[in-house]
Amino acid sequence: MSVKSKSIQKKSKDERLRKVSNLKVLLNRPELGALGGSVLVFIFFGIVAGDTGMFSAYGTINFLEVSANLGIIAIAAALLMIGGEFDLSVGSMIGFAGICIAIPAIYWGWPLWSSILFAFSMAVLVGYANGILVVRTGLPSFIVTLAMLFILRGATLALTRLITGRTQVPGLRVLIENDPIAWIFSADAFKGVFTWLGSLGLIALRQDGTPLATGIPASVLWWVGMTIFATWLLMKTRYGNWIFASGGDKLGARNVGVPVGRVKISLFIGTAVAATIYACVQVLDAGSADTMRGFLKELEAIVAAVVGGCLLTGGYGSAIGAAFGALIFGTVSMGIYYTDVDTDWFKVFLGAMMLIAVIFNNFIRRRVTENK
Amino acid sequence: MSNNLVEFNNISKFFGSVIALKDVTMHIKKGQIMCLLGDNGAGKSTLIKTLSGVHKPDEGEIIVDGKQTVFDSPRDALDLGIATVYQDLALVSLMSVTRNFFMGREPMKGFGPFKTFDVNKANSIASERMGQIGIDVRDPSQAVGTMSGGERQCLAISRAIYFGAKVLILDEPTSALGVHQASVVLKYIVKAAASGLGVILITHNVHHAYPVGNSFTILNRGKSMGTFDKKDLSREKLLGMMAGGEELDKLEVELKEIDRTNKN
Repeated sequence: MSVKSKSIQKKSKDERLRKVSNLKVLLNRPELGALGGSVLVFIFFGIVAGDTGMFSAYGTINFLEVSANLGIIAIAAALLMIGGEFDLSVGSMIGFAGICIAIPAIYWGWPLWSSILFAFSMAVLVGYANGILVVRTGLPSFIVTLAMLFILRGATLALTRLITGRTQVPGLRVLIENDPIAWIFSADAFKGVFTWLGSLGLIALRQDGTPLATGIPASVLWWVGMTIFATWLLMKTRYGNWIFASGGDKLGARNVGVPVGRVKISLFIGTAVAATIYACVQVLDAGSADTMRGFLKELEAIVAAVVGGCLLTGGYGSAIGAAFGALIFGTVSMGIYYTDVDTDWFKVFLGAMMLIAVIFNNFIRRRVTENK
Repeated sequence: MSNNLVEFNNISKFFGSVIALKDVTMHIKKGQIMCLLGDNGAGKSTLIKTLSGVHKPDEGEIIVDGKQTVFDSPRDALDLGIATVYQDLALVSLMSVTRNFFMGREPMKGFGPFKTFDVNKANSIASERMGQIGIDVRDPSQAVGTMSGGERQCLAISRAIYFGAKVLILDEPTSALGVHQASVVLKYIVKAAASGLGVILITHNVHHAYPVGNSFTILNRGKSMGTFDKKDLSREKLLGMMAGGEELDKLEVELKEIDRTNKN
């Protein structure tokens, strides 16, 4: 019992000596799992599909684009999850935002840019409605946004059919050409670089001599930009600290003056706006809106966020992790076509990955909180 | 004019037909540790919530620095320097020491929309403050979950003091702690009072209250049984009053009765 005679200071020093190992610091980072997972996935496909063209410029752009689309909503979902809530209406919001862009532009003769702004203002409204309902009623966001999932999807279908008589709204492509803001969501970046690489023979060309991969899609830039922005928000701003606090302990945070309600409402607006960015990218890329767009995307976003290290209980997670979660998702979903594996197995992989991630996260949380 | 930091005069609080508090009076001076003792259900929690602005008293007045005030919210009480450290401590165990220390009141740097959370400054203040209490936080980015109960309590108190508390209301700060940890926390409370704060220490543990308190208010069934200075009160008397002396006497008689019947 000599421990008892030691001074407090000595004791706490002893306690801390165990905690300084760098490996342990790394192990406690939320994005570790997703980073490691990404490396494993690339090693796997490097071996299995290394010579199939998956990692050519064209193949890379392909799987990056799928990852980016999911990443855009996964990052917003991760922020909301760190703030302690879910948004199951993201997928429906994608469909709803899609027709909010297409119907005014095609049937009412609005300029495309104004219908895009209209979709974003609807997103703010939907997000605000979700947020205020959750904050005011104190009901679980799971239930509130599940209701919104059905309401939005139903309204999308009913309104589209009422106005257009069908469930798809094509014909947007001609409007993109001269629009002042559509390029933000649809243009390819670094076209010159790709043409140059093509002329050097470094990347594959089409029959007419233009490169197969024409540039970096706007969605990839959105994905990267949003990851950087969200990480900056979380780590470097007051608002970021409030997100962690709101999700970690709502009452405690409120007691020390964090405006928990406002933080949560703004995060709900964030997921709805992210869904609308996703919708813009998709609708402008395809040139048409479809009432079923975004179906089940809310669950994929949650998978990416969880694989990225977000705890379902809130208060812990990272935007970088969610971005890598989306990368794993996109890489596997495209990569599986380059292998001999039947693509039907993709969802099995998805489920298994999520399960492993949750078990791993649980283990991490115990490390972080119960270091006794 | 008295030199009381805060006066609570004849505070009453009713919940429907239930009288939760009736005519409770407490005065707290600079440097004083006022212990608020009472059994479960005596109205301690209601009193704390009334003092900290969560509940509005139905009768009575609150006087801060000689001026009568009404607290509309905990924020109002906090702005006047009355800080409450609740049992749950308002700490998030998954967040770092620094992020907890400055939760809701983060130091900023930069201008306009580019204002950012000054992490370096926050880290150095947090470890400096914790160092003053004798808790050496080598890595202020470690999660609060890794700290012991006593360290967490000290962190919560130290945070309240840093943000300008003049009167500290501490709700059962030692109830979940072992002997050693409790003594660390109590020592810190005495130090805080010595530096000029007024402290209201709520507890049902006489052994923790008696050594540190200057005066003692005992609550029983929503009423104050009076405030006593330490010199007028022995530990035994305090213990007797707090637990309801008669009840303990009754218990003793009953136990003897059981003992006797067992022997027969």
